Amino acid sequence: MSLKDLINKTLSQWMKGTGPERDIVIGSRVRLARNLAGVPFPSIADDEHKAYVIKETKRALQATNGTLGRMEFIPLAEVPPLERQLLVEKHLISPAHTQNVKHKAVILRDDEAVSIMVNEEDHFRIQALFPGLALEEAWKLCSSVDDAFSEVLDFAYGERFGYLTACPTNVGTGMRASIMMHLPALTMTDQIRKMIGAVSRFGLAVRGIYGEGTEVLGNIYQLSNQITLGHSEEEIIQHLQKVTMQVLEQERAARQRVLAQDRLRLEDRIYRSYGILANARLLATHEAMQLLSDVRLGIDLGIVKGIEPRILQELMVMIRPAHLQKLMGQELDAPARDEKRAALIRERLRLAEKEGG
Amino acid sequence: MKKRGEAAVMCEACHKEPATVHVTRIVNDQKTELHLCAQCAKERGEIEMNVEPSFAFHNILAGFFEPETVVVSHPSRPAALRCSNCGLSLADYRRIGKLGCSQCYAQFERELEPLLKRIHRSVEHTGKRPKRLAGGRLDVRREIERLRRELQEAIAREAYEEAARLRDQIRSLEQGL
Ligand SMILES: [Zn+2]
Ligand SMILES: [Zn+2]
Repeated sequence: MSLKDLINKTLSQWMKGTGPERDIVIGSRVRLARNLAGVPFPSIADDEHKAYVIKETKRALQATNGTLGRMEFIPLAEVPPLERQLLVEKHLISPAHTQNVKHKAVILRDDEAVSIMVNEEDHFRIQALFPGLALEEAWKLCSSVDDAFSEVLDFAYGERFGYLTACPTNVGTGMRASIMMHLPALTMTDQIRKMIGAVSRFGLAVRGIYGEGTEVLGNIYQLSNQITLGHSEEEIIQHLQKVTMQVLEQERAARQRVLAQDRLRLEDRIYRSYGILANARLLATHEAMQLLSDVRLGIDLGIVKGIEPRILQELMVMIRPAHLQKLMGQELDAPARDEKRAALIRERLRLAEKEGG
Repeated sequence: MKKRGEAAVMCEACHKEPATVHVTRIVNDQKTELHLCAQCAKERGEIEMNVEPSFAFHNILAGFFEPETVVVSHPSRPAALRCSNCGLSLADYRRIGKLGCSQCYAQFERELEPLLKRIHRSVEHTGKRPKRLAGGRLDVRREIERLRRELQEAIAREAYEEAARLRDQIRSLEQGL
């Protein structure tokens, strides 16, 4: 299979680089936590309860009768560990969902815009992921899946506290909405910390892209709501949308400022990064992501030409350990991964140059 | 809540350690104050569930509440109290930071209320309801509440035309109740 075919096969809907505000917003995600009334939550449920949840899930999925699109039910115990990791790297399941996989499952829509984790922290985590700034659409899609399932399933809900979840931080709407953004100029000009401080006062949190950790890769940040109780889903989404628009405005202004103040130095940095990506023989994830961020900024500012902007989201997933090993068809230790990662990026850039001509 | 002065208040239980937990109890409108060190407060079950640093969402809570001041508006219940549906005890909950089943919310409502208030600054859900419950009076009331919030915002922005439109909408909904 050619690299191009492989990339196309790997791409989830959200990685396609389309959607509103695509110069900065990579993707929008909405996740709803739902549970079956009265059934113990997965953290304390025994095998029988968990098996019951799985049975109910299958029944509900069958009852939707294809109205939700082509959905596949995948028991994670039947998925090899490496393939589970691929799902994590594509943000379709959480890292926690790859551990102790007995009675854990994921439902995936064929375009991977919808994924439902079964028996994670809650019985159900319904997720919709869209490219670009598309919170409203992601919410509507999630909500329609929720509606379809609730025709069959008795979701835990109380009039006072709303949807009841394993962790009180999710109770109420059970909704976590987040925006994945590329903010190189705010980072470069050191305004990012101020931004993070400011949004936290609005009940929002900022973190890096992989895992719960604070590590930021490639200047990509996730902005999400912390408060789930006391506001409607629409209000939470509008609020997040408003704050996002302000962050976008600031990022764009910072880009123009950097460009106006020292274009030469910025061009130099971008071309150096491009040079390293195009020639390096060893690249660790962290370094590769930083360089990719620079090149992507160069593309957005019209400095680098002939490369599709989506190279960033494409490679940010493809250079992760599991994808790299899948691509090479073998297990690789860290030094070997650095070598293959560099090789993949070189090849990808050559492909872009050929096509961009 | 006001910060205590420099002179350390000593723990009223052991009289050895400085008091770091200040418990205000309001029972039948009677207010009592108790000053304890962290250890004694823990032993007496005075520390509310979220003060435990082992909590998964400890970081999220940072800044939302002042850990040195705890307000308990009712006597705390024994940590051995269990949810009759799933068997999770209050002590279990405090340890793992997660509930055992949806019924825990009703059974531990008292303990959860102050926590939810701190995390979400609210204890009333105003969002989506399952379809099976939809369309009732509660939905209309919720809609009215939502419009009222919008109205407040419109007034604050001095968008009077919009405010007038919202006020009419609220009136017509109220008549339907
Ligand atoms: Zn003491
Ligand atoms: Zn319970």
